Amino acid sequence: MKHNTITLICGILFGIGLSLSQMINPNKVLNFLDITGAWDPSLIFVMLGALPVAMISFKAILKRPAPILANQFQLAGKLSVNTSLILGASIFGIGWGMSGYCPGPAVTGLGLLSFESVVMVVSIYLGFFVYNRIFEKK
Amino acid sequence: MENFSPYSAMAGGALIGISVTLLLLFTGRIAGISGIMNGVFNAAKSDIIWRLLFLAGLILGAFIFQLLLPNFNTPRQNYPILLLGTGGFLVGFGARMANGCISGHGICGIANLSIRSIVATILFMTAGMATVYIVRHVLVLSA
Repeated sequence: MKHNTITLICGILFGIGLSLSQMINPNKVLNFLDITGAWDPSLIFVMLGALPVAMISFKAILKRPAPILANQFQLAGKLSVNTSLILGASIFGIGWGMSGYCPGPAVTGLGLLSFESVVMVVSIYLGFFVYNRIFEKK
Repeated sequence: MENFSPYSAMAGGALIGISVTLLLLFTGRIAGISGIMNGVFNAAKSDIIWRLLFLAGLILGAFIFQLLLPNFNTPRQNYPILLLGTGGFLVGFGARMANGCISGHGICGIANLSIRSIVATILFMTAGMATVYIVRHVLVLSA
């Protein structure tokens, strides 16, 4: 129960953060990426706000033997930079530049009853599905 | 640069930093949103509830924010839907292939000093910038 409450609160905080920073505003995102046009560098400050908090806290938290409400930390495995990372990140960036949405803002935008968010969430899941069909061994 | 908004962007970023901190501290999970989304249909049954709650929280957070500040974010109108849908497909496909998106790599991964995540984030941005250049200034598909 506690676990569920904390998870919901974390989602709400994240959603408010994406709203306040305007990451959920696709024009703001595209203007951030438009370095030769109407460039608006605001969104780099989202990372500058998030990273110091996360860097300091992660370092301290990962010294613990376990999280407070679970038996172990579930971190990504230590993989190296490989072809799928480079290709996947480039494909992602192309889609981000075409749409102005990454997955977090796409879901979060549903809270504004935005039609674009519905299109984004469906097409992102379609991308997941096709990738999983081709590359995931069941 | 009339819409430059560094303070609200930074404050929003700090909230995101607090969110990923609490999630890791209490549940041991990394707040990578594409991974959380993908797992809704692919993870073990016991592993699905927290994912739905986190995603519901995102939606609820935006909804609450919109109630308090209704004119802060207005949904975009009349964007070419083919560009949107194709973009969404590539975002989903690419996030699976790169094993993460901007939250997982750009925030959590970089905070954990992962070289993979730093490389991924640089590529997200350079590919995004190149694409916006082509869409807006070469093909002129959107304003």
